[in-house]
Amino acid sequence: MTAFDEMHPQDTGLRKPYSAYDRWFQAQDPTRLTEKMRDAERVFRKTGITFAVYGEEEAAERLIPFDIVPRIISGSEWRRLTQGIEQRVQALNAFLDDIYHRQEILRAGRVPKELIASNEAFLPEMIGVRPPKGVYTHIIGVDIVRTGEDEFYVLEDNARTPSGVSYMLENRETMMQLFPELFQRVKVRPVENYPQLLRQSLSAVKPDNAHDAPRVAVLTPGSYNSAYFEHAFLADQMGVELVEGQDLRVIDGHVAMRTTEGYKQIDVLYRRVDDAYLDPLTFKPDSTLGVPGIMDVYRAGNITIANAPGTGIADDKAIYSYMPEIVEFYTGRKAILGNIPTWRCSEPDSLKYVMEHLAELVVKEVHGSGGYGMLVGPTASKKEREDFAKKLMARPSNYIAQPTLSLSTCPILTEKGLAPRHVDLRPFVLVSDRIQIVPGGLTRVALKEGSLVVNSSQGGGTKDTWVLDD
Amino acid sequence: MLLGRTANGLYWMSRYIERTENMARLLDAGLRMALTRTASSSDEWNSVLLSAGAEHAFNQKHQEVTAETVSDFLLRDPANSSSVMVAIETARNNARMVRTALTRETWESINEAWMALKRMLASPVDQRELPSVLDAIKRETALIRGSLHGTALRNENFDFAQLGTFIERADNTARILDVKYYVLLPSIAWVGSTLDNYQWESILRSVAAHRSYRWVYEADYRPTNIADYLILNGRMPRSLAFCYLNISESLSYLEKDYGTRHCCHDTLDQTLSKLRVNSIKDIFDAGLHEFLIDFIRDNNRLGDEVAQNFRFY
Repeated sequence: MTAFDEMHPQDTGLRKPYSAYDRWFQAQDPTRLTEKMRDAERVFRKTGITFAVYGEEEAAERLIPFDIVPRIISGSEWRRLTQGIEQRVQALNAFLDDIYHRQEILRAGRVPKELIASNEAFLPEMIGVRPPKGVYTHIIGVDIVRTGEDEFYVLEDNARTPSGVSYMLENRETMMQLFPELFQRVKVRPVENYPQLLRQSLSAVKPDNAHDAPRVAVLTPGSYNSAYFEHAFLADQMGVELVEGQDLRVIDGHVAMRTTEGYKQIDVLYRRVDDAYLDPLTFKPDSTLGVPGIMDVYRAGNITIANAPGTGIADDKAIYSYMPEIVEFYTGRKAILGNIPTWRCSEPDSLKYVMEHLAELVVKEVHGSGGYGMLVGPTASKKEREDFAKKLMARPSNYIAQPTLSLSTCPILTEKGLAPRHVDLRPFVLVSDRIQIVPGGLTRVALKEGSLVVNSSQGGGTKDTWVLDD
Repeated sequence: MLLGRTANGLYWMSRYIERTENMARLLDAGLRMALTRTASSSDEWNSVLLSAGAEHAFNQKHQEVTAETVSDFLLRDPANSSSVMVAIETARNNARMVRTALTRETWESINEAWMALKRMLASPVDQRELPSVLDAIKRETALIRGSLHGTALRNENFDFAQLGTFIERADNTARILDVKYYVLLPSIAWVGSTLDNYQWESILRSVAAHRSYRWVYEADYRPTNIADYLILNGRMPRSLAFCYLNISESLSYLEKDYGTRHCCHDTLDQTLSKLRVNSIKDIFDAGLHEFLIDFIRDNNRLGDEVAQNFRFY
C-alpha cells in the first residue's frame, strides 16, 4: 500500500501547490538548508517557544522537533476543507445544545440513549443550561487526515481544550525568519492574527449583562502543566491576564480575580483546565485548580466559560462514530467531511469482526488521548496483539477500532535530502456569532520512516502549514 | 492591572536574584578574610554564616565550621533555603510563574543563569575553583539585572521587582553591619589594629565597596566613615539610604498610579525619617546596634505590609 505524497505523487510528478516552492527549493544549496535546519532550533528559543522549559529534564519532549519543509495546501483545497469543518462545527454545537436540552436526537433514535447516560463526559449539571450566545464549543481543533487527492477524513473532533495553536504561530514565525525571500515568492495566507481573532471571538460571546469591553482571562492549571507555555503565550499575545484558580473567587455573583488594587470582575474565562477540576463545589471536591462556586455564576449567566463545561460529550470517541448521523440530523445535509469507518466494540458483531482482524486494525481506548493505550495492529507483535485482545475482551465497550489508513505523506528534510513522512492536520476553529477558521493549522509529522504515529509524545514533529492565496 | 499573585512573583523573583548575588559577595569576603590568616578563620566563616542568616540551619547539619562546609552550605545545600542554588531556582520558578509580565530577554537571562549555575554547582566546588565560581554567579546576576533594566517597561511590574530587590538588599547590608557592629564602635585605640583593618575591609568587600570607599573618603578605614558610607550615603548602591531612595520611588509611583495610600507608605516614611539624620554621629550616639536591629525589623515589616496592601495572597 503506497501512501499518497502531497508533493510528489507517484503518477504525476509534482503537485501544483508545490510548484513555486519546488522551484525555490531546487535553487538552494543543500548545505545551506542543513544549516537552516540547525538555525531553526535556535530561532525557536529566541522567539518564545523557549518558554517551554528547555533545560529541564523533560525538555526533550517539550521542544517538539520542527521540519523546515512546509506543508502546502491550495486555496481551493482549503475552501472545500473549511466548508466541511464549518458544517461539522455547527453540528457539534447543535448536538451539545440538544443533548443538554430536549435530546431530540436520542428520541429520534439516531444516537443510542445509553451512550449518553453512561458517559462520563456528559455533565448532568449542564442540563437546561444555555451558555451566552448559545455557543458551547468556542475553540475547536479538528484533526484531519488525507489519503488521496480528494480524500479527507476527520480523525477526531477536539471540542474540549485543543492545544497546539502556539506551535502553528511559532512555526510560521520561525519560517519567516529563516526564509524571508520564500514568502515574497509564494503568496501564503497569514495566520498571525489568530490571537487577535481569539480575543474578539471570546469578547463576542460575553454574558448579556457584561459591559461592552468585557474582561477576558486565561485560566491555567499552573506553571507545572505541560502546556503552560501555550497558556502564557496566548494570554500574552491576546493582552489578557493569565490566572490560576488561587487568583479567583466568587464575589457578589460574579467571578473576580485578585489584583494589586482589589478584586476585579471577569466576564469571559478561556479555561485550559478540565471540567472535573473547574469547580470543587460541583465536581472533584479536592481540586484546587478551579474556582469554588463558578458553576453557580455560570448557571446564572454571569460568566462565559470557553469551552463550556460538558462539551466533552461531543468529541468522545464513542460518539465520534455517530458523527455522520449527527451532522445530517442537525444540518439536513450529508457530511462534507467523512469519518473514518469505525467499529464500536460494544456491539457484539463489531467486536467479533475486530477480534478476527486485529492484525489489520487500529484499536483505541474510547477516552484515551495522545496515542497512549492503543494498538496499531499491522506493526504490533503477536504477543502485543494477544495481550491487547485480553484487555479488549475484558472491557469491550472501552474500545473502538478503525482500519489502518494509508495517511498521506509530505517530504521532510533529512541528511540524505527529501524523504516522505506521514502527516495529519489540525486546523483551529473559532466559534462566536460566526465561525472563523485561520488559514493554516498544525501539521504533525511522524519523523520515523514508515511510522503512522504523529503524536509529539511519541516521536512526532511539526511543520509550518501553508494555505496558498490563489 | 496586575494580579496580586503576579506582583508577588515579581517581588520574590527579584529578592531571590538579589540574594543569589549577595551570597556570592559574602562568600567572596569570607574567602578573602580566611586567606589573610591573621584572624581565626573559623571566626570569620561564623560571621559569614551569621550575615547570611544561616547559622541555625548550618549547625543542625555540620559540626565543623570550615571553608569547605560553609561554602558548600551557602552555595549548594538544598536544606538551606538561601543557598545560591535554591535561591536561583526559586527566582526562576517565580519568573516562570510571571512569564507574561517579563520581557523575553529578562526571562531568558534568568533561565540561562539557572541552567549555568545548575551545571556549575552540580557537584561540590573545589576550593581552588571557588573564586571563578563566585565570579560566574555575580556575572549571571549582572546579566539578569542588565536585561531587566534595559528592556522592562517602567510600570507597576517594574515597581514590584524594584521593591523586592531593594528590600532584600537593605536587609543584607544591615545584617552585615550588625554582625560586625562591635568592630565599628569607636574604641580607645582610634587607629584600629591590623585585625580591625581586615575586619573593616571585609565589611566593605562584602558589599563591593572596598575600592569606592577611598574615592569618597580617605585612604584609611575609619569605622565612622564605613558606617556613614553603608548607612547614610545615598550614592552608594548598597547603602541603606540608597535602597530606601529606590523603595520610596517605587512606592510613590504605586501610590500615584493606584490613587491609594497604604500603611506601607507610612512605614516607609518612618524609616526614611530615621535615615534623615544630621550625621552618622547621631546614630552612634543612640546606639548602632539598636539602630540596626530596629532597621531590620522595620524593613521586614515593610515587606509584609507591601504583600498585604497589594494583595499578594
